[in-house]
Order: sequence, then C-alpha cells, then structure tokens
Amino acid sequence: MSILRKLSTNKVALFGLIVLVFLVLVAIFGPYLYETSPWKMVNRPFMPPMENTDLMLGTDTMGRDVLAGLVYGARISLLVGLISTLIALLIGVPLGATAGYFGGWIDEALMRFTEIFQTVPSFALAIVIVAIFEPSVYSITIAIALVSWPPVARLVRGEFLALRNQEYVLAARLNGQTNRNIILREILPNTLSPIIVMASLMVATAILLESALSFLGLGDPEIMSWGYMIGAARTVIRQAWWLSFFPGVAIAITVLALNLVGEGLNEALNPKLSGKRES
Amino acid sequence: MSIQTLFYIGGRLIKGLLVLFVIAIFNFFLIRAAPGDPAKVMAGEAGAADEVFLQQLREQFGLDQPLYYQLWVYISNLVQFDMGQTYRQQMPVFDLIMDRLPATLLLTGTAFVLSLGLGVLVGVIAASNHRKWIDSAISVAALVFYATPLFWLALMAVLLFSVFLGWLPAFGMETVGANYTGWDRVVDIAEHLVLPAMTLGLFFTAVYARMTRTSMIETSRADFVKTAKAKGMSPGRVTFRHTLRNALLPVVTLAGLQAGQMIGGAVLTETVFAWPGIGRLMFEALFQRDYNLLLGVFFISSAMVVLFNLVTDIIYCLVDPRIELTK
Repeated sequence: MSILRKLSTNKVALFGLIVLVFLVLVAIFGPYLYETSPWKMVNRPFMPPMENTDLMLGTDTMGRDVLAGLVYGARISLLVGLISTLIALLIGVPLGATAGYFGGWIDEALMRFTEIFQTVPSFALAIVIVAIFEPSVYSITIAIALVSWPPVARLVRGEFLALRNQEYVLAARLNGQTNRNIILREILPNTLSPIIVMASLMVATAILLESALSFLGLGDPEIMSWGYMIGAARTVIRQAWWLSFFPGVAIAITVLALNLVGEGLNEALNPKLSGKRES
Repeated sequence: MSIQTLFYIGGRLIKGLLVLFVIAIFNFFLIRAAPGDPAKVMAGEAGAADEVFLQQLREQFGLDQPLYYQLWVYISNLVQFDMGQTYRQQMPVFDLIMDRLPATLLLTGTAFVLSLGLGVLVGVIAASNHRKWIDSAISVAALVFYATPLFWLALMAVLLFSVFLGWLPAFGMETVGANYTGWDRVVDIAEHLVLPAMTLGLFFTAVYARMTRTSMIETSRADFVKTAKAKGMSPGRVTFRHTLRNALLPVVTLAGLQAGQMIGGAVLTETVFAWPGIGRLMFEALFQRDYNLLLGVFFISSAMVVLFNLVTDIIYCLVDPRIELTK
C-alpha cells in the first residue's frame, strides 16, 4: 500500500494513473455502454467530426463510426500490451535468474543466446513471425513477447549477480535450502521492484508495437484496433485527417500514461536512482 | 594496431557471423514451422502461385529431400548470396534487396546522425538547466515524442508540411519524371529526405536526449568535475570538456545498440512516405505475401545491424583505450 501512497504524492504519476484507470474502464465496460458496432455502416462515408451529434468523431471510408472504433480498440491495445508483457516476463525472469544465480558457463551460454535476440531488429522479427503464422491476437501477442524479453533477462541477471553472495543468501545455502528455493523465496522477492518498473514501461512499448503491426495490416482481422484504423486511413489522409488523427492521439495518451506511471513507480520504489536528490 | 586488438576484432567478427548463422537457421525453420506446404508458404498466398513456380522452388530448395539436406542447401545458397527468386518481379531476392538498400542507408544514416546530434544537444541544454523551466519543457517534449507512434507522426507531418503548408514533398525519393541530374538531383532528393528523416529521427532524438540528460547529471557529480570547477574553470568548459566527454560514452553505446530499432522504424516511415528502401520492400512483400522476399529482407537487415555493431566496436576500441579487450 505504501507504494500507492507514494505514487499519489507524485502529481505527474497520479495523473498518468487516473488516465490509465479511465482507459481500463473504457476497455472493460466501453463496448457495453457504447453499443454501436465499430464494423457497422452507420452513416455516409467521410463524414467530418462534429457534423452530426451522434457521430462526434465522424465516419470512416466505409461510413463506420470512428468513436466506436476508439472505444472497442482500447480493449485489444491494453490486452495485448499486458499479456505479451506477462509472457515476456515468464521467459526473461527465469532465464536471467538462472544465468545470474549459477554464473559460469550457464551464464555465458544464456547471455550469448539473449544477445542474439537483442541484435536482431526486433520490429522486423515481430513482422516476420506474425506474417508467417497468420495475423491473430495470439500470433501478435507471442511475437511481441518474443522480441521484448531480452532486457528483462539482462536486468534480472544483473540483480541476481549482485545479490547471490549476500549474507542472507549464504545463510540460506548453509541451511541446506535447495537452489530452487533460494532463487524463488530468497532472491526473487528482492528483485521485484525493478522488474515491476520495467514491466510497466514494457506494456507501453508493447502497445506501440501492436499498433505498428496493425498499421502494416498485420492486425487480427476480427478485431478493431487503433493501429488498423490509422493504417486503413493512410491513403486518404488528404481527404480525411480525422480518420488517422484520433486513433493516434488515443495511442499516444495510453502510452504516455503508462510511461508516467512507470516513472512514478521508479521514483517510489528506487528513491536512490530517481535523480530527485539534491545535486 | 597490437595483436591484442586484432584478436579482439577477429573475435567480434566471428561472433557477428555466428549471429547471422543462427538467424539463417531460424529463417529456415520458421518457413517449415508455418502451417502448410513450405513451397506454398514461400511463394505466398496458397493457390495464387502457379505449379511451375512451386516446382521451381521445390527444386531450388530441395524441398522433397530430408530436412538436414534442405538446411545444407539453404545455407550454402545463402553463403553465395542466393536467396531464390521473387514471385511477382521474377528477380533474384538478393539483387532486389541490394537495389533498395542504398535508399534505406541514406534514410537511416541521416536520421541517426540527426537524432544523435540533436538529442545530445537538447540533453546537454536540459542538464545544464537542471530543474529550471527549460529542463522541464524538454523533459515533457521528450516524454510526448517517446510515446507517439512513429507512423502516426509521419502521417501528421505529411498533413502539416505537405498538405496544408505545401513546403515539402510527401512521397517518394525523387520527383517523378523530372529527370534531374547533378546538383539539382541532390537538392531534389534532399527535399524528399527531410520529412522521412525527421519523423524517423524524432523518436530517437527523444531517447538520446533523455539518456544524455541523465548521464550528464550523473557525471557532473563525479570528483573530477568538482576538481575542474574548484580549479576555477569556466562553466562552459567544464560542461563540454569534462562532463560531456565522459557522459557521452553510455549514450553512444546505447545509440549503437539501437541501430536495429532504426531499421524497424524505417519499415514504418518508408511505408508512409513511399521511400524506395528495404523497409518499403518489406511492406510490399507483406502485401504480396511473398515470404521468401520477406525473410530475405529480414536477414539482410539483421546483417546490416551486425555489420554496424562490428564497425562501432572497432571504432570504439581504436578511439577509447579504456575499453576492455578481453570481452
């Protein structure tokens, strides 16, 4: 709870948190409150915003409600961002923990493996994976997770390297605790705060990646997403600016909110590193 | 150059080649892991490709042979720069990519230099005005650009500078049909380059500005900076000769590591601006479902990143004697 209290004293982070809570509410309840389907033709195509009070943000190339697209798109953005980050953590944390805890050739081998993933242009890799396994929510989520885990592995490895010779770890070892126990019960809990900070920033990056994939036409064809909306409006930018403008603002606000919360968490959890001390 | 340096460079070279080898194997298995006939996957849309072409692919890649043999064929072809043919253009994949590569190098190179220069400058300004309004303003701007999708920024730039203001061309690399030569051509290309390079560079400018700021603030607390100040050195001299020189190291390291991200960004900017590079080629390959071409672009862009990292490593170890050669 003290983390939340610290966050609430940081005005910028609090602002991010409020925006984020609002977006989550829209993602969960939006489609029930705003029932217009984002796929349904509701009026003539290319209707500018504010012309019709029922269609505040206008209609797209096929006469679909832009606002409905924004409301329904929130869900996929947040969901893909969250789940892909969780999967990336499930890959990166065990890998980094194993490398850092055992050291030696295990560390060497795992870090070489991680390095290869870090060298490869990640967005191009994500494109290739989604394209070959056919675009769907699953392939997009997996692809984003597969390109996002290396920084987690490196972070966790560094933390484990620093902590593995601490007295409490040595005591646990003398106690005859198994390696698994020491990793999970003794060291891991002490690395949680940097992992949480990194995870919140990763959700933001994942949302940007998802939107970029959908923009290129690699979105799930069944689901309305902000990136898809911008991609579909790309060729008509001269006639209808609002089609790409509003979804882009939605993405930017979401990512910004997540970054603000992430930085706020960083300051709350690692006060020494925040750069806020007197200089 | 000492023997040690040569060994270091040799080691880096082998490591780079190893990475490429792993990527090649990854590509190989990716095609075969995809659902369906690998020849059809390679050719793109099932059914759209004709039998002759499929047969050609099967023969070329030995698709009716055992897996280890296929891998052997794939790798030995790759070593000879043979990545097969594209379906639409009926052109060797490798030639097509090489055709498009210079445009991408021009775009990413310009964006890289632009964003590093501007990012460091802005970061220094922010750090030397630590906690004044200008620092806050820069931090806010960096946060906003950091959160804005690249492709959206590109579209908005088209809207503002090409559609509303009419200052700059929005599409392509040269004016179609103008047939400029010499200096006129350079100016023409430069005009077309401004918007793509700016939008690609802005995100990275934000990244480098934030990094430089943090690094500068951290370095300014170091003892040697205090000593320089205590000696009565002018603030400007301390900032540039002492703090900045040392603060730059992590920024440049990060910038080198992010070369790959820039290629990813190029896919988006080139798509929006119809810039005829390999990023646009990747989009076209996606659109035509030409997966052989897609994987070819992926491989070559990875090779570019490996090469870039190698060059920065070498420059580093020649410029900065403090770099550990053993690593």
